[in-house]
Amino acid sequence: MDIPLPAFIPDNLINKDHMNNETHISSYSSLAIVLIILLLLTMISVTVTGFHLGPFAVAAALIIASIKVASVITYFMHVKFESLFMKLMISGVFVIFALIIIITFIDYLLR
Amino acid sequence: MSDSHNNIEHFDNEAGKMGMWIFLFTELFLFGGLFLVYAVFRTKYSADFHAGASELNSFIGTLNTVFLLTSSMTVAMSLTAIQKNNKNLALFLVSVTIMLAALFMMNKYFEWSHKFEFKIYPGSSVLKNMNRGELLFFGLYYMMTGLHALHVLVGMILLSINLVKIKRGVVNMKRYLLLENSALYWHLVDLIWIFLFPLLYLIT
Repeated sequence: MDIPLPAFIPDNLINKDHMNNETHISSYSSLAIVLIILLLLTMISVTVTGFHLGPFAVAAALIIASIKVASVITYFMHVKFESLFMKLMISGVFVIFALIIIITFIDYLLR
Repeated sequence: MSDSHNNIEHFDNEAGKMGMWIFLFTELFLFGGLFLVYAVFRTKYSADFHAGASELNSFIGTLNTVFLLTSSMTVAMSLTAIQKNNKNLALFLVSVTIMLAALFMMNKYFEWSHKFEFKIYPGSSVLKNMNRGELLFFGLYYMMTGLHALHVLVGMILLSINLVKIKRGVVNMKRYLLLENSALYWHLVDLIWIFLFPLLYLIT
């Protein structure tokens, strides 16, 4: 039942790990470190927005949230250790997502 | 791998995961639309949104953030445990995740019922007499946190199914796609909250 892959797909696009049972396993300690970083970022976010800096608070909160989201995707969702194809697909969709939000919002602002 | 070949069974972990990601993308755009609506109305009625957001309890919001972030770690760890063939630890970690989700929902219940006491809920007379912007803020607040809470409930059901399947050995060291995909779903619930929390509770 093994269907050979078309030759034009480069080797590194396909995750070979599953084929020879060498899947990357995240260590407990690395996951715990990511959680500590996420909690620290939450603390920073709560503190910074407490200063009532107006638009800067919004920018700071959104930047911190983006860093948190990036770490969750990279480590908790294990994307760092996926195949190049998955990485490209996932990052591509997030870029499109961000562009849609930003461009639509700019369109509204400049009306 | 040879076992599955003998049974003439096709199993592709990578494809299964890819399918889950494609589903998650649709979820992302579902919430993305709401975030966009929020951004536009926030710009239009910034003073009203400021007033609305100050009524939210940022302590409960922060506590719920801690619950969700921690549960995201425990579910990621449960995958590590199952991959290392540590069944009991995996069961324990999935249970902890469900418990943290339940704590999140409990907090949400108290938060919402507190609002209901002051007659702040969609369609209430108090809300109708508020400024247009505040009405929109609370409308979005209930819609976004409500839709998110619905996802938390679905995640809890998915994780409970995983508990049973891990116990029965259906989800095991060699076959853990169900747990992996449920974990991905749970992380998405966490991702959405990471943005909801500062937008609704913090930026006043």
